[in-house]
Amino acid sequence: MALRDFQPGDALPELTKPTVTKTQLVMYSGASGDFNPIHTVEEYAQEVGLGGVIAHGMLTMAFVGQLLTEWIGLDGQMEGFKVRFTGMVRPGDVITCSGRVTERLETDGTLRLVCKVQAITQQGEVAMKGTATVAVLE
Amino acid sequence: MISPDLIGKSSKPVQNEIEKGAIRRFAEAIGDPNPLYRDPDYAATTRYGRIIAPPTFCITLNCGVIEGLNIKADGLIHGEQEFRYSRPIHAGDVLTCSLTVKDVYGRNGKSGGMTFVVVEQEGYNQHGEHCYTSTLKIIIPQRKEEA
Repeated sequence: MALRDFQPGDALPELTKPTVTKTQLVMYSGASGDFNPIHTVEEYAQEVGLGGVIAHGMLTMAFVGQLLTEWIGLDGQMEGFKVRFTGMVRPGDVITCSGRVTERLETDGTLRLVCKVQAITQQGEVAMKGTATVAVLE
Repeated sequence: MISPDLIGKSSKPVQNEIEKGAIRRFAEAIGDPNPLYRDPDYAATTRYGRIIAPPTFCITLNCGVIEGLNIKADGLIHGEQEFRYSRPIHAGDVLTCSLTVKDVYGRNGKSGGMTFVVVEQEGYNQHGEHCYTSTLKIIIPQRKEEA
């Protein structure tokens, strides 16, 4: 289905990411410049009571960013992306990203799609949820 | 304790050169195979013309510092994140980025007191055009502050 044909209630194509690994958290720390040891140093994460290293919230947001950009392709431009982090993601977790269109807005000749998005773990726990607004290009 | 006096304070803007290698490494770290993030020949066939950055890449940019505020300190919880985009960030762009403290407030929750800090980051490209605004809400548990 073309981007412009999406209606409220329609689901975005789901994205299940490969298992989150400790190596990925090290790579993300390096690529993002976020060196908080709760993401990479097991002893530290244990010491502060997290029970082990946890993924960066922004990594989960990037997964959902991929869900959105793969859905949009070259037919639109993301204008807004807002999320709340609601749970922890750990190495070994498998994250599935999903979304649904909630609104179609037409202003000044531009069609915008508003969607709800979320990231859930293999246990069904919601790690992150939010909304995105996409302008559909002519 | 982060002081509410910081509300309204801004950092001195910092210039960030957007390197294609940095974009590629970020895309590899998040496991996103999109050729727009790594293949200049493919990007040239699209309306973007050049390699672009993934939507959350702007979190990596240096926005300068505000004395008395360390948004990367240990013990902080990243509660909420919002991006507003005006245009894509391209490899080769030079983004001027800064941050402003929008709000600081306390709240008492089940597990004790917490301080909330709302920080806004903005980036403008070499043409002076707005690229993105990023708004972070950071939660600081009181016990961390007292430690």
